[in-house]
Amino acid sequence: MRSARLHDGAGATLNADALRADARRESFGLLALLSPGLLLVFAVIIVPIGWLFWLSLFDEAGQLSAANYARFFEQASYIKTFVTTFKVAFTVTGACIVLGYPLAYMLSQLPRRAAGVCLIFVILPFWTSVLVRTYAWLVILQRKGLVNTWLMDLGVIAQPLSLANNFAGVVIGMTHIMLPFLVLPLYASMKTIDVDCLRAGMNLGASPAATFRQIFLPLSLPGLASGVVIVFVLCLGFFVTPALMGGGKVIMWAMRMEQTTSLYSNWGAGAALGVVLLAVTLALLGLFQWLLGARATGVWSQR
Amino acid sequence: MLLSLAQTALPIGISGIEKRFGGVSVLHDLGLDVAAGEFLTLLGPSGSGKTTLLMILAGFVRANAGSIRVGGEEIIAMPPHRRNIGMVFQNYALFPHMNVFHNIAFPLKQRRVPAAETAERVERALDLVQLKGLGERRVDQLSGGQRQRVALARAVVFEPRIVLMDEPLSALDKSLREHMQIELRNLHRRLGMTTVYVTHDQREAITMSDRIAVMNAGRIEQIDRPEVLYASPKTRFVAGFIGDSSFIPVECRNGSVWYEDRKIRMTAAAPSSGSHLMVARPEKLRLVADGETAGKANVIPATVGDVIYQGDSFICYATLRDGRQVALRDYCRSDVLAKLPRPGEPVNLGIDADDVVLVAAD
Repeated sequence: MRSARLHDGAGATLNADALRADARRESFGLLALLSPGLLLVFAVIIVPIGWLFWLSLFDEAGQLSAANYARFFEQASYIKTFVTTFKVAFTVTGACIVLGYPLAYMLSQLPRRAAGVCLIFVILPFWTSVLVRTYAWLVILQRKGLVNTWLMDLGVIAQPLSLANNFAGVVIGMTHIMLPFLVLPLYASMKTIDVDCLRAGMNLGASPAATFRQIFLPLSLPGLASGVVIVFVLCLGFFVTPALMGGGKVIMWAMRMEQTTSLYSNWGAGAALGVVLLAVTLALLGLFQWLLGARATGVWSQR
Repeated sequence: MLLSLAQTALPIGISGIEKRFGGVSVLHDLGLDVAAGEFLTLLGPSGSGKTTLLMILAGFVRANAGSIRVGGEEIIAMPPHRRNIGMVFQNYALFPHMNVFHNIAFPLKQRRVPAAETAERVERALDLVQLKGLGERRVDQLSGGQRQRVALARAVVFEPRIVLMDEPLSALDKSLREHMQIELRNLHRRLGMTTVYVTHDQREAITMSDRIAVMNAGRIEQIDRPEVLYASPKTRFVAGFIGDSSFIPVECRNGSVWYEDRKIRMTAAAPSSGSHLMVARPEKLRLVADGETAGKANVIPATVGDVIYQGDSFICYATLRDGRQVALRDYCRSDVLAKLPRPGEPVNLGIDADDVVLVAAD
């Protein structure tokens, strides 16, 4: 009885200092372990972006000004570039969804081994340079390329289609490069859908089509959304393919940056372009996060 | 009016079911009749084909041959969504993107039931499984037992002709499982739907079922009421799978049964000849003191091995003269404990003539 009371009294402070010191030591230890990584992130990401932002604040004469940002609203060509960039990004993302969703669905329904083999074919293009693949598309799509020659030999068309050096060429080339970025996360999320949920849907009276629409599709949307975000964001900053496949007619944001810095040596304006692209990308990511977050936590009411 | 299925419960006639996966036969010429409103359990170890049979009933697995008649109508080639069979899945298979209400309303929505009636029927179903007022909850906010109840409500809300359950309680902890067994049993009594239940848990099967079909290697070994299965198993497999059993080899000669040089008295009819096994259930064996008259009991000499104390009861492992081990269980009454033998002591095991059951030796 007595010893119990004694412990009660001492319980609040017994070894409290030593335990606090131990907790502090542990925090410092973890911080020390983290510090190389933090330093690297600081040196490789924070500093260059800060510098970029700093550069964008000076005009050509070296004076502090907002001229580099004002330009976006004043010059029509900037607005046109902005619109083109989003048009390409939307079209490519749309094409990726149309091609990628059925592909991912098929992969998710295949037996494990067959799916493994097919996935290798999805990933295979990753191992080839973007430049090489883009040139390959140029060869295939140009005026006297494979596609046009075949179609004309078959008598389907009389005049060659203009598939390269224009918007269509950019979209075809970029879709090919972006497709795996959509298919892989989508496939991963489709694989996690419980087969029994689909069985339950049919068991409860939904036809296979209704089960797909009411159960499989909604459950695959988070994976689709993450694929869409990756593809869309990558499209916004894409350079090689539009530069080669666009034939100088499709000017995207990254190409504009390259022109501004290497052709006109206007680092302030180029930096401002980079900052705006970064801001737009972050805003989009934030928007998606917010939409997805609401979706993941809220129940979709159909009433 | 409460959900009532009594009028619509239909019998199931299963016959000649063949199922092969690759070249391996999983079900072979399987036949089974389930009466209208009956609670029938398919009991067997994993790989016995019980889940495959359930999947064939639900329409998720296509049999190679056979017939399933529900109230006279052939359904073996019918797609699952037309079968009108409710099913409770092992992992519940609730739709994670819908709340409780929409999960339960799903089958009604497929049947284009008007909204007002849907709301009313979902409410009644929620009431039935004691989840009143939880319709707006998300599935991931529910405990295991609550999910189980939602799955159950969803499977019966559209008043199906038959309800199938695939080890629905296996994911719950022991006490909740035992509670849900009783609840499921009561729900079945109230709704009266024909139910086919799959489990590998013999205790669960005995607790809940009207009849149990014991399955082994794609065949039904024996099908009967739980008490009959327990009291008179027909094969060694059934005796070993339902309840604990030790087997003692006996010889039958001219209608009498011999264990070594002792004649075994038994009430049931003895087989005329051949090697058989006597089923010795732990609770049917008892310790017979040296001077004690055995009465109607058969007495088998043995040596005591381990005695394991379990609180309410104890288990005594004894070794027969041929080296075979048998188990004996009794309650810890003081009179029993007083004469409990020590390990290594010789002892006489008694088994009543009424309790002697023989099965064919393999």
